[in-house]
Amino acid sequence: MTSGTGGDIRLMKGNEALAEAALRAGMQAYFGYPITPQSEVLEYLALHAPQHPGTVVLQAESEIAAINMVFGAAGAGARAMITSSGPGISLMQEGLSYMACAQLPALVVNVQRGGPGLGTIQPSQGDYQQAVKGGGHGDYRLIVLAPASVQELVDHVFLGFQLAERYRNPAMILADGALGQMMEKVALPPIGSLAHSTPPWATTGKPKDRPRNVVLSVYIQSERMERQNLVLQEKYRALRETEVRCEQLGMEEADIALVAFGLSARICQKAMDLAREKGIRVGLFRPITLYPFPTAALARAASTVQAFLTVEMNAGQMVEDVRLAVEGRRPVEFTGRMGGMIPSPDEVLAKIEEMAARLRSRARS
Amino acid sequence: MTPDVTPEGMEVVFRRPASLVDVPTHYCPGCGHGVVHRALAEAIDALGIQATTVGVAPVGCAVFAYDYLDIDMQQAPHGRASAVAAGVKRVLPDRMVFSYQGDGDLAAIGTGETIHVANRGDNILMIFVNNGIYGMTGGQMAPTTPLGMKTTTTPFGREPATAGHPLRITDLVATLPGTCYVTRHAVHTVAAARRLEKAIERAFRLQAEKRGTCFIEIVSACPSGWKMTPREAAAWLDEHMLAHYPLGDLKAPPP
Repeated sequence: MTSGTGGDIRLMKGNEALAEAALRAGMQAYFGYPITPQSEVLEYLALHAPQHPGTVVLQAESEIAAINMVFGAAGAGARAMITSSGPGISLMQEGLSYMACAQLPALVVNVQRGGPGLGTIQPSQGDYQQAVKGGGHGDYRLIVLAPASVQELVDHVFLGFQLAERYRNPAMILADGALGQMMEKVALPPIGSLAHSTPPWATTGKPKDRPRNVVLSVYIQSERMERQNLVLQEKYRALRETEVRCEQLGMEEADIALVAFGLSARICQKAMDLAREKGIRVGLFRPITLYPFPTAALARAASTVQAFLTVEMNAGQMVEDVRLAVEGRRPVEFTGRMGGMIPSPDEVLAKIEEMAARLRSRARS
Repeated sequence: MTPDVTPEGMEVVFRRPASLVDVPTHYCPGCGHGVVHRALAEAIDALGIQATTVGVAPVGCAVFAYDYLDIDMQQAPHGRASAVAAGVKRVLPDRMVFSYQGDGDLAAIGTGETIHVANRGDNILMIFVNNGIYGMTGGQMAPTTPLGMKTTTTPFGREPATAGHPLRITDLVATLPGTCYVTRHAVHTVAAARRLEKAIERAFRLQAEKRGTCFIEIVSACPSGWKMTPREAAAWLDEHMLAHYPLGDLKAPPP
């Protein structure tokens, strides 16, 4: 969408490409706190933001303070971003719930590491549930994007700001430590390619000719609280209707569909090639928006494929959403690694072969 | 100056500030919040900054401050008002920005944010209403509750061996180089409320000059939480609260 539109091409580390993309996307405020494996975002911005006058970059005293500074900046109408990793994202859940209720747009990036607890600094997809089910208290959703390359990480910065602002809702890029740390070729869009104007609801000071703007998440009367919930739910319905994105590779002639997002999808692509060399017809279904989830497209795929194999770098989180989409019409199996371990293409291939053998024996009997 | 006169020809000696909305109050009799709101509105009117001021309301009884103040406002999570206000100020450096926080908000759950906003010298005004108790949740002990005071969670009186000591966070804030004006006020008398209004005006002027964090504590009564009549609460405040929280400037730039 935004790549290769007159920008320049560089070899960049994911975290730094993400930071550069944010500057080019007209980010006005960034609040962060160091945590591996995403500290380069704050470091890059501290070094390069001065070339973008008016851009606020501040190292906060905690992730809690940082997300609340984002709250304030977003409420004041600024295009704001925050990045962190699992433990820090957990600390932000209160703020994200408040922002979702107050309908504040902002871009949040989770460069995931292995958990739970302090865990490890190696890449993981263990925060899927936290990202797509809300994460904090109350009925709300984040818009969740899952890039599978450094280029897509850059593109999702632009898309994330766009969607967050269009729907007045926090958007999250669910990346991982490998994407943040690896270097790839990226096409960077030009500066100023994403328009922004101060929204009419922002608290910028009340001129005489308009009522006061109040950014709030408190509705003490239940009737009003329910009404606000209905506003949010209507927004999520619109998101599910219009903003679903997914990529399908070789799905038309596939017997087995791999379902994976982010880094896992990159691994699955290799596993798919290996399986095809062995004559197994495998396709890849890659959700790009994790919320809204590509439920309908998966349900359609269930009419053509024999079985699904969900591959994740966690104990099996997205697989629950895949099963909800497939509704029991086809077997949905899972393979994955946890705690910062990355499944190898051969591990995935072994699982594919095992499933293929089962499908063959079922066809014979 | 021409006298302020009603259409009936009567001299006006008391009127609602333009920055206050004409609505009935929800605060209890004897509560300090209404008076602080008024002092704030009078200062905003006096400086002519209604159109350029953004406030951040707290969690607690004053969570509905935006129902009274006719200015743009944001409502922050518990304890985070100063961080939210810092976020607003960073992107709108030319606006007047204040946070309005209670003692539980500012001195318990939000201590980290309080200290670091003041230490960075974020150019905002922090208004700190200290009534020594958690009012909205029904009168539990706050970090500022005086020793011996009975609350719903210190039913035998606050005992330092288990509940620690009343925190003078304003004294702590005054030690930080990021602050330029740190002062403690009260609103239990008309004269005290007048002094508060002047202090708020001074703080906004310093903010306009980008001098750093201004911090105004207001020692205030919570008759409902304290289980007293408003008159008893004012007397108790005078005798017990002000003994531990003496009024006056802790830090002030030369005038």
